[in-house]
Amino acid sequence: MTETIMQQTRHAIVNVLMALALVLAPAAAMAAGGGSLQASNASLSDTGSLQNGAKLFFNYCSGCHSLKLMRYSRIAEDLGLTEEQVMDNLNFTTAKFGEQVPPSMNPDDAKRWFGATPPDLTLMARAKGTDYIYTYLKTFYVDPTRPLGWNNTTFPNASMPNALWELQGIQTATFKAHESGDPVFDKFEVHQEGRLSPAEFDAAARDIANFLQYTAEPAGLKRKMVGVWVLAFLGLFTLLAWLLKQEYWKDVH
Amino acid sequence: MANDGVDKGRRRFLTATTAVVGGAGVVVAAIPFIKSWQPSARAKTAGAPVDADISKLEEGQMVIYEWRGQPVWIIRRTKAQLDALPGQDGRLRDPKSENADQQPKFAQNEYRSLKPEVLVLVGLCTHLGCAPKLHAELKPEPFDAEWKGGFFCPCHKSRFDMAGRVYDGVPAPSNLVVPPYKFVDDGHIVIGVSEGAA
Amino acid sequence: MANALSRAVTGVQEWFNDRAPSFGPFYRKHMTEYYAPKNFNIWYIFGVLSMVVLVNQIVTGIFLTMHFKPSAAEAFASVEYIMRDVEWGWLIRYMHSTGASAFFVVVYIHMFRGVMYGSYKKPRELVWVLGMLIYLVLMAEAFLGYVLPWGQMSFWGAKVIISLFGAIPYIGGALTEWIMGDYLPSDATLNRFFALHVIALPLVLLLLVVLHIFALHEVGSNNPDGVEIKKGPKGNRWSDKAPADGVPFHPYFTVKDTFYTGCFLMICAFILFFEPTLGGWFLEHDNFVEANRLVTPEHIKPVWYYTPFYAMLRVVPDKLLGVLVMFGAIVVLFFLPWLDRGKVKSWRYRGTGFRAAIFVLGVCFVWLGKIGAGPGTDPVETVVGRILTALYFGFFIFLFVYTHFGFEKTKPVPERVTGHD
Repeated sequence: MTETIMQQTRHAIVNVLMALALVLAPAAAMAAGGGSLQASNASLSDTGSLQNGAKLFFNYCSGCHSLKLMRYSRIAEDLGLTEEQVMDNLNFTTAKFGEQVPPSMNPDDAKRWFGATPPDLTLMARAKGTDYIYTYLKTFYVDPTRPLGWNNTTFPNASMPNALWELQGIQTATFKAHESGDPVFDKFEVHQEGRLSPAEFDAAARDIANFLQYTAEPAGLKRKMVGVWVLAFLGLFTLLAWLLKQEYWKDVH
Repeated sequence: MANDGVDKGRRRFLTATTAVVGGAGVVVAAIPFIKSWQPSARAKTAGAPVDADISKLEEGQMVIYEWRGQPVWIIRRTKAQLDALPGQDGRLRDPKSENADQQPKFAQNEYRSLKPEVLVLVGLCTHLGCAPKLHAELKPEPFDAEWKGGFFCPCHKSRFDMAGRVYDGVPAPSNLVVPPYKFVDDGHIVIGVSEGAA
Repeated sequence: MANALSRAVTGVQEWFNDRAPSFGPFYRKHMTEYYAPKNFNIWYIFGVLSMVVLVNQIVTGIFLTMHFKPSAAEAFASVEYIMRDVEWGWLIRYMHSTGASAFFVVVYIHMFRGVMYGSYKKPRELVWVLGMLIYLVLMAEAFLGYVLPWGQMSFWGAKVIISLFGAIPYIGGALTEWIMGDYLPSDATLNRFFALHVIALPLVLLLLVVLHIFALHEVGSNNPDGVEIKKGPKGNRWSDKAPADGVPFHPYFTVKDTFYTGCFLMICAFILFFEPTLGGWFLEHDNFVEANRLVTPEHIKPVWYYTPFYAMLRVVPDKLLGVLVMFGAIVVLFFLPWLDRGKVKSWRYRGTGFRAAIFVLGVCFVWLGKIGAGPGTDPVETVVGRILTALYFGFFIFLFVYTHFGFEKTKPVPERVTGHD
């Protein structure tokens, strides 16, 4: 009798371990990776940050970049803004309240000026990551060899100039020699100060990244809240099902 | 032999509880699927309120705007047309506009409108959705010898007066629908929102 | 009152019995009088879980087709339309995308369970082969579905997978054009893939699932001890003729499966609501960029459930041979019942060689999956991938040699099943 219980326990342990191994191996593989991006610490639950991000986006980015999957009305609803606030302060185009955010600039002109059409940014945070956007916004530097005089260490040779230079100021990058022959980035040096302090600018970049994280998945605002309820319900149901199973399996010896 | 030592009460209770909780879960889980059939944000945008310019609309004239895919008529009625309205009450099915589904509260009056002379109607017959025709003049018509102006539906001969009220003895069951609308100023109407509503 | 109700119920039952006399026996055969071994452990829940996922995929899939536009111009935007403009559309879409990956998780574990306990062995070879067909159709179904959102990975994944057919000598080029209906994945490709994904393959899948279950219920379920309960003593508390170690599927396994389904749904819900992309494993980052035939993503890889086979394709330095190895890795599984000549079913009583071999098989599969999901630029990894591929096929050769030539030292199999947990 004791031996069968021992045996069963052993089987159970082995089974659980095997199952865990199968489940965890891919998870462990997944945890590897990462990069040299800076953590944005953007949070969708910070409505103030989202509102500020929207304001910065529409003032500094929307001239070139569209959000062609994002409706002004949805932004208003989700960010707690009124129709008037959105239409007066965020919408600089002829688009109606219910319509999606178009680029203010003609794509052909944009291509002529920048060498590339500025991409739509609705889903950029899901394609590249929120931290990528945050880091990218912070790593522009003056580079006279580029057509528009700007370069970026996160996205080398980007076509885009630093749209936020008034806020950030102007920085230069220094490079140091490397054995491979190509110089590697060393550090930034402030060339001219901006309107914002470095900490303030970090917050501004975070807010823009946060806003784009929101536009990439507006459902993200309520997804987790729904999830808590669903899990609570499933927990209750599973508990009942367990009691039921225990009750019936009393019959089986 | 299948029942030795079985607490049937407990078993039945647990089965019922699990079934009810599980069933409730299925019902709640069905809600998102049912709701996914609601007009989407895109459909709502397409159905957003419409601005109508009536500053150049002259007496006795009609303009047609489209709102949510339906024709909306705006007519500036003449004094003669307005004066003839009370006299029709005896021949109408719902002269006092008591059927609340057919107009917003603000239009539950003699003229079925915010301003007596400006009539705003959804231009679809309440019978089977044909488009009635405007016969504005107060003169005997082949379909009505005592015609005081109004709308005549060519499909099934329903008749409405100059306030969109349905006559007795025609197939259409109710008055023509007055959509929600409001005046921005004397020359401009917004169709789709009522006065006071956001 | 209660009497009247029960009389009404009996009346309805009789009405049906008169008109459809086979319904009652059918229900009993598959539910109340289907005796499953009482010693099923947690490995035995994944069959039912895959049914749960199948139902989820069908229901959510039907609702997605109501909003999705199967055209190259509109597909990408229509998926985002579902994610934004359709009420609760995001939930339905995530249920479908999470379900797709969950399907493979449970099916892979279900298959591995079959290998652990020898569920493919006589008399269940047909159950195994039907199951393998389900797996094959499922792979095709998932691939077609992955193309539909028309993101970068959809497009380039389609291009790579369809190109595999180009490796077939003589007809390869013509065949790939025929599959795509164009010279590259295009509107025509998307449109036909949509038809196959939502109608054709689901019908085949359902038919195969029904056959899989019927075939199983003919011979009865295997169990962790690999003991044939039908050959054991008769008589249990429910029937004198039923196997002594069998328990009626309903209600005993229905309540047990309900409990485990609850647990499973909690895991799925956690992923769905808190990390729906699972860090790019369930929904890939590059697929949030619309398909662009002029820009190739930095690294093209299929979704995780194909990566073990994709790794094999990549480490073999020859196109045709690589394709053959990749498909061979799946085909060889069909022959498992005949490659394994051992008489003992469960790993509990099989030789140490077998236990070690299936452990190696599991490790190979997972590790190859990791390599296939990576960038594939590391030469060391390529060598490792080749070794793992060899080990994967080696498992089947080893198994045949080990069992056919009597190298396996098995332990005595008990007469009866060893209790339940």
